[in-house]
Amino acid sequence: MSTASVPLPAWINYGLIPLLNLFLAFFFSGLVVWAIGESPFEALKLLLAGALGRGEGIGFTLFYATSFIFTGLSVAVAIHAGLFNIGSEGQAYLGGLGAALVALSLDRYVPWYVTMPFAIIGSALFGAACAAIPAWLQAKRGSHIVITTIMFNFIVSSLMNYILVRVLIVPGKMAPESRTFLEGGQLPKLDWLIGMFGGRLGAAPLNFSFLVALVMCFLVWLLIWRTKLGYEMRTLGHSPTAASYAGMRYARIVMITMLISGGLAGMMALNPVMGASARLQIEFVGGAGFVGIAVSLMGRNHPAGIILAALLFGVLYQGGAELSFDMPTITRDMIVVIQGLVILFAGALEYMLRPAIVRVYQQISGK
Amino acid sequence: MDYFDIFISILGSAIRLSIPLLFTALAGLFSERAGIFDIGLEGKILASAFASACVAYWTGNAWAGLATGIATSIVFSLVHGFASITNRGNQIVSGVALNFVAAGLTIVLGSAWFGQGGRTGQVPASGRFSGITLPGAEMMRDVPIIGPLYANVISGNNILTYIAFLMVPISWWILYRTRFGLRVRAVGENPGAVDTAGISVAWLRYRALIVAGFLCGFAGTYLSIAQSAAFINNMSAGKGYIALAALIFAKWKPVPVMLACLLFGFLDAFANFMQGKALPGIGEVPVQIFQALPYILTCVLLAGFIGVARPPKAGGVPYTKER
Repeated sequence: MSTASVPLPAWINYGLIPLLNLFLAFFFSGLVVWAIGESPFEALKLLLAGALGRGEGIGFTLFYATSFIFTGLSVAVAIHAGLFNIGSEGQAYLGGLGAALVALSLDRYVPWYVTMPFAIIGSALFGAACAAIPAWLQAKRGSHIVITTIMFNFIVSSLMNYILVRVLIVPGKMAPESRTFLEGGQLPKLDWLIGMFGGRLGAAPLNFSFLVALVMCFLVWLLIWRTKLGYEMRTLGHSPTAASYAGMRYARIVMITMLISGGLAGMMALNPVMGASARLQIEFVGGAGFVGIAVSLMGRNHPAGIILAALLFGVLYQGGAELSFDMPTITRDMIVVIQGLVILFAGALEYMLRPAIVRVYQQISGK
Repeated sequence: MDYFDIFISILGSAIRLSIPLLFTALAGLFSERAGIFDIGLEGKILASAFASACVAYWTGNAWAGLATGIATSIVFSLVHGFASITNRGNQIVSGVALNFVAAGLTIVLGSAWFGQGGRTGQVPASGRFSGITLPGAEMMRDVPIIGPLYANVISGNNILTYIAFLMVPISWWILYRTRFGLRVRAVGENPGAVDTAGISVAWLRYRALIVAGFLCGFAGTYLSIAQSAAFINNMSAGKGYIALAALIFAKWKPVPVMLACLLFGFLDAFANFMQGKALPGIGEVPVQIFQALPYILTCVLLAGFIGVARPPKAGGVPYTKER
């Protein structure tokens, strides 16, 4: 009997296998560190100390995690409907424009808590708009969503480049970025959250959007597992033919799913644009959209798993930055390698260990 | 400078810019016709660019650089195959992963080995592929129209450029006139039928991926030791994705692939030329439009407004033998 059809208990499927895959990714990352002549264990120690050692480090870790939760949710929602949204990067980028336009027009007149709801809507709308055309092309014209969302990453990048260099740039300045938002366009820092645990946030830009991200996790859980739409999405993801037999409308579900996915990606912009730098900067997404793919895969497309995976990548990003200070031979780009290996082992090779684990499991349980 | 000279100079630079696209798109052609989506083209050319620059720098031998570039790219292809053929993993995910690994690893290793923030050392002249002046180029230069075209566009390119154009008919011949090509096309459409005929789907797909790796090796080598003289961080700069766009634009056929790559190369060259210049009657056109145009055109094509782009039927689906 083939091992692929043997059922395994949940703790192996959702606990052991992801952990083993993660371990493999870190093992190979360690090999790279070792190959360039540094001690992997020393590097790991510095990385963890940098990410979790002080209040400021934790603040940065949570700040990065916030972005990854948004993009991770974005990828996960699409995956539940069987769609691979590889365009979270571009959707987040355009979402930044939505957030910035709201902040730029309201920051003079109202306090942040009035601006924020509009900024959330603005960023989500712009993010969704960026996903709308690929969604329509998939739903109505049958072109592959992966290809079109990749194309849109580049189209948005050119568009934003134009807008920042020609339109939103502050006259007389060289840097292609918008003006700095006033207080009414900035999200407050979460000093109290770190303070509750006796730490100090320092310069870390952990801000209110972290809480928005957690709320979104709950809403996504509600959507996927507790609503009719979520049920339809999951049905479509499992079997498009079954969904169509059951009378679910393919085009409608694809469109809605992608708009939600794009909207979640767009909201990611709140964190860096309104929470950290208080201005729209060029390339501010910085790969967070792609990290979302890794986060969603690691977290098995479940909001709870996504939070854990986002924290893991937050630790990697912050710890990696600190590590490159302490060990100059290891550049920050080591994170990119680790990220790639995590995607490889937790995503593409997720079934590699399964046959072996099934055999061991059968031996032990005696079936 | 009259318009003809400008046209000649843009044409020359269009050819130089389209060569890496051509190699990469042909690589994608083999892999996608065999039913394996290859988002990892970008990573492959980046990794091979780095490897060939390193070896060309250390040995001073361009051919050694090329060989290493090809070998590196094939290793990436094999990992992609291991994940998506042997382990039936998601092909897109595997490609994305390899792109990350290549992007990170080239900088990490480059910084550790050369200490220049990811740049490799300056490759000596002997380690580069430099331009070849074709016979009679100087003699022909004064002939109107054909002369400048021959001397500045056709002659004076490096050997890889000529190999790239040679690869087009070779790819066509392999895909449409050999047994291997027939089987590659079949396995991309209906792997079940190929399996029934007693041919190994996995081995066929692996071979197609090796060919893809081989071609990507040329593209990367071209970037680092033909077009420039060192590896620079992220020097593939999305070329793998443009090549993917060109492949779709060409509807997965070899000769149209060449034309699409030339078109996208021309757009790139034209954008460079137009930077800061005004078009008569229209005014200054934002350079970003030209940068986005290949992607926009591909999306319009995918929407079915310019003919129908029909991908290989079995693309992206791992093959599972009946159990």
